[in-house]
This record gives sequence, structure tokens and C-alpha cells, in this order.
Amino acid sequence: MAVLAHAEAGEIAARLRTISLPGHQDLREPENGLVMLRGRVGGDGAPFNLGEATVSRAAVRLASGEVGFGYTLGRNSEKARLIALCDALVQSRDFGAAVERDVIAPLREQLMVRRKQQAEETAATKVDFYTMVRGEG
Amino acid sequence: MYVAVKGGERAIENAHRLLANARRGDQSVAEVSLDQISEQLGLAVDRVMSEGSLYDRELAALAIKQARGDLIEAIFLVRAFRATLPRFGASEPVDTGAMRVQRRVSSTFKDIPGGQILGPTFDYTHRLLDPSLAQGFVPEAPAVAEASTAPTPRVTDILGRDGLIESSPQAEDGASVGDLTREPLNFPADRDLRLQNLARGDEGFLLAMGYSTQRGYGRNHPFAGEIRFGEVEVEFAAEDVGFAVPLGSIELTECQMVNQFKGSATEAPCFTRGYGLAFGQSERKTMSMALVDRALRARELGEEALAPAQDEEFVLSHSDNVQATGFVEHLKLPHYVDFQSELGLLRKLRKEFAEASPDADAPDAMKEAAE
Repeated sequence: MAVLAHAEAGEIAARLRTISLPGHQDLREPENGLVMLRGRVGGDGAPFNLGEATVSRAAVRLASGEVGFGYTLGRNSEKARLIALCDALVQSRDFGAAVERDVIAPLREQLMVRRKQQAEETAATKVDFYTMVRGEG
Repeated sequence: MYVAVKGGERAIENAHRLLANARRGDQSVAEVSLDQISEQLGLAVDRVMSEGSLYDRELAALAIKQARGDLIEAIFLVRAFRATLPRFGASEPVDTGAMRVQRRVSSTFKDIPGGQILGPTFDYTHRLLDPSLAQGFVPEAPAVAEASTAPTPRVTDILGRDGLIESSPQAEDGASVGDLTREPLNFPADRDLRLQNLARGDEGFLLAMGYSTQRGYGRNHPFAGEIRFGEVEVEFAAEDVGFAVPLGSIELTECQMVNQFKGSATEAPCFTRGYGLAFGQSERKTMSMALVDRALRARELGEEALAPAQDEEFVLSHSDNVQATGFVEHLKLPHYVDFQSELGLLRKLRKEFAEASPDADAPDAMKEAAE
């Protein structure tokens, strides 16, 4: 589900359109709020409160009973609802495989491409001390 | 004598209309969009998120636009906004060791595992104004190299393996995490509250405080053990779901300062540490924060605490720019009643003074001016 939190609402919606969806309803209306983000002293010590982030959340129930929850950074309640819907669908015997194949897998692929590009650009700025050549004399 | 203040409503309304026009500027010039602010003034957005203590790029960009680029005003707007939303809870502590690093430098070791990665930095630029940026600049595409899969352990972890540096203090079982947005700050404050205060503290104030320690006011011999910037994943243990759900990722900057030794008859000497963490790419902020965090540990480490940066109450009470600007700027609001009472007292004192020393000049002209 982490893949969905990294995707845009429009991308998730577009992928979901390729599946003929079962009936579903909001178990909880999407809601915006805050989550206090925590760090650790020294990176690995006791936790402390760093500052908050906006978060949107939703819950969706399929007609067949599966309940899905959607949480995402930001204030896009439609995205939270889409994540909740996907979360419910992956639990369903009839739709689980399709959502994994047609929604999550392609978005994961897209995320990996983006991350690889960034990692390669970052790698080009790595300092290689061994390539320095001492001047003659 | 108090003179009733009435009739300002229309002036205020018109002043705000004028402000809206001043904010927009010359309307023949294209309006700046939130995307433009977020993408092209990214470090201003990072600062507003850090000190506004709210991670939301779009809101920070809106605040900067509304505040006409006045970042402290923008921080004020963001802080006010956060008070309008319910809090769902607190995240799991983020793991900066697992950061997808976009920049990572150490001034203590040349050959750190994972390497020195410069990333997008102003370092080593010549600080010459670049006229080509004035219009229509298209940057060359970034260079690429094969991405490394090697882990990038924290420099402090490497030193820690040999016991050369103190380990991070761990939480006691069941200890709650202090939150100064819920409880007023009391002194002495624990490290968690101090770090929360510094994380939202004014960059300029922390910079000056950190600088003061370097100049000798509470010297603590710092080395930038490591500065890293990149993306970390955020997880939230949602009660309704029953387990930690991924929320997405945020960008953070972390600074590990390595400082002078401590040791005792029973403990081998080792380096001490100061820590800085902030939203976005905020290097100056996290370095300053780490210097001040270390300075504020003077008491705990048995050091003489004589310098301003070591004075917890002084630092933590004056670091917040929203509080500070509120108190400084309130001076421009009407104080007619206060001032009238001061004026009355002053007149009385001057009258007494004149009566007690009849030879002294009675400056009538000044008395008139005061009226």
C-alpha cells in the first residue's frame, strides 16, 4: 500500500478505471487532520516531536463486506478514498489479483523508475577522492 | 485621559484592500503560482514548513504568497492554520538511517561507507550573481552515474561501534514524548522538548546562538560528523486499522555534530554529540540546531554554563519567531491608555521635582509637546 501513498490521486483513479469495480460506500467520510511526526535523538535514540504534517484519511466498505482504510500525507481526500478503496479491493477474492496487477504493480514500477533516476543523478555527485592526481614535482 | 478609539473599521478595510493590491503588484506582470513558489523557491518553502512546524508544501507556498514573501509572517499563517485541524495521533519515529540520501557529507572522515555525496548544494559555488538566470534559463540535464546499492550508515554509528562516541539516550519504557504544543514549556526541560523547540525555532536566532558558541561563548569544539538530506518514509499506527500504515515520504535534513570529549574516573573518554533535524533541505538550520542542542547539554555534562547558548531558559524562551514577533509587533497596536497613565505619572513626578527645586529649569515647552 506504500506505493499508493506515493502516487498521485489522478494516477490511482486512472488505473482503477481499467477495472469494473464492485459496489462500495464510504464507511467514513474522508477527513483531513494532522499527524505529529517524530524523530529520534541522535537519529537512533529516544523519540521527540519534530513537527506535524497534514494527513487525509478515509474508510470504504465493499458491498461484499471488505473494509479498507486509506491514509496519506497531504490534504487530498479523494486520494485517501481511492487508497481505502484499493485496500478493500486487495482483500477481496474477486478483485485482489486485478488491483495488484493493474493498479499497484504499474504504479510501483513508475515509482521505481523515478527513484532510480534520482539515485543516478545523486550518484553523479559522489566525491571520488581517488581520482585526484597529484601535480608533478 | 482616555480618548475612545472608534471609526477605524473603514480605514482597516481599505488598508487590507490596499494590501491585496500591493501583494499583487503590477498587474501587467504575471501572477506567481503556488507550483512556481514550491518548485523554484523550494528552500523558502522548507523553512516555512520547519518553523511553521507543519509539513505541507502547498500550504507553505500559499502562506509565502499571502505574506508577500515575509517568511515569518508566512510561518505565523501556517501555525494558525494547524490549529484548525484535529490531530489523528503521532507517527512512528522516522528512521534517518534508512534515508534515500540525496546529499550526505562528513567533515570528519574522508572515506565514509557509502561515500561523500554532494547533491544539490550551494557549497563550492563562487557566490557570483548569475545574469543568465534573469530570464529564460534552461539548465543542462543532471549528470547520471550508476546508482550505488551500498548502505549509507550514519557516521555516528561507525564511531559508536568502537565506543569513541557516546550513544544516543534511549527512552525509558512507557515514557511519554513531551509536546510543547500541548503543555507549556517548564524548566528544566528534557532533551525531547528542547529538540522540539529548536526544530521549530527561528533559523536566524539559532544561527546566532550556534555562532556564539564557536566564537567562545560556551565553546564545545564541534565537527560536522555528518549532514544528510533526503527522503524518509513515514508510518502511522492508525487505531482503526490496527497496525502501522504508510503515509508516504517526507524530505528531511539531519546534522550529527561531534563535540569535545567527556570522561570520568569510571568512564573512558569519548566524543559527545549535538543533534539537528528539520523538514526539507535546511542545512544551516540543522547545523545551528545541533550546536545549540550540544550547548544546552552543559548541565548534563557537568560543564560550566555561563554563556547565553548554554542558558536553557534564555534560548528556549526566545527561539520561537511567532511568539517573538507577536510580542515585538504588538507595540505598534494602540497603547493609548497605557501611555496616558505613564504620561500622568511623569507629569506628577516633574511637578514634584519642580516644587522641590524651584531654581531648576521648568521646561514648559516639553510639557506642552507631551500634550
